[in-house]
Amino acid sequence: MFSRIGAAQKGLYNHAVMWSFFHKLGSPPWLYDIAGSILRWLLPVTIMALLVGAVWGLLFTSPDFRQGNSYRIIYIHVPSAVVALAGYYVMAIAGAVSLIWRMKMADVAMKAAAPIGAALTFIALFTGALWGKPTWGTWWEWDARITSMLILLFLYLGVVALYEAFDNKEAAGRACAILSLVGMVNIPIIYKSVDWWYSLHQPASIKFSGESAIDSSMLYPLLLMIGAFYALFTCCLLMNMRAELVQRESRTAWVRKLVKQDGAH
Amino acid sequence: MYFDSLQAALSMEGHGSFVWVAYLITLLIISAILLLPALRRRRLLRRIATELARQESGYATGKGAR
Repeated sequence: MFSRIGAAQKGLYNHAVMWSFFHKLGSPPWLYDIAGSILRWLLPVTIMALLVGAVWGLLFTSPDFRQGNSYRIIYIHVPSAVVALAGYYVMAIAGAVSLIWRMKMADVAMKAAAPIGAALTFIALFTGALWGKPTWGTWWEWDARITSMLILLFLYLGVVALYEAFDNKEAAGRACAILSLVGMVNIPIIYKSVDWWYSLHQPASIKFSGESAIDSSMLYPLLLMIGAFYALFTCCLLMNMRAELVQRESRTAWVRKLVKQDGAH
Repeated sequence: MYFDSLQAALSMEGHGSFVWVAYLITLLIISAILLLPALRRRRLLRRIATELARQESGYATGKGAR
């Protein structure tokens, strides 16, 4: 009897905590501050991890027995491609939340994710071309994996451009959210492209189940770089959101207070 | 370290130009996506500060007050 009341109260309490969390998420000054305190430690950690991973992959691993040294591009190519895809989920889910619940901060997150995703997709394509030349003998091939990644780049750039095209930012947010949701169909195509179609691109070397087709001396720096690129995306997302919040809220009391504090030191 | 000399690390048995250009361009793009939002926020804060200062001086001298 008592335990049931306790459970009900606990449930009510959890409910309240959850709602206050959502409430805070919707509060620009809270989001601005929390993003700032995350960045204070995450940004140096990210830069360190990127440097260590890059030097490890470039200078301290053995060359691939078949591809030689060109394979060292893997340490930036795979992480940027993986996070470019993950970033699309962030953008599309944020778009859906802003579309359904009219949550302003979700719109800020969606707009912040698009240019970072575009940059990462560009890195994946560019490094892929540089890797393809010595390995396949061509910079570019209109093959399923590469073409679907190019479409991903256009989707990201499309969201950036569409947002700028509207004077009414509320309509811009809605249009961009719809574009990113429609673009979701491209994501499984990218994942499955190397299995569904005959492709020059090799299938995934890292598997969650079963043994990876990559030696652990190459796997560890690769995993470090994947982690570092996820952290990089998070940092850039938070920084973009902070800048966007200052712009949107420039006439509010909390931004004015922030400006005064900023000028004081 | 895998390579015996700086020369070997730069040439990477012929693949050096591909690998180093890939890393260099990546470095440039990562620097840009980290620096641009920080600069944008700085610029916005400075613009708002000058705007506030102008408003306040306007009120003080009676000019610009509505």
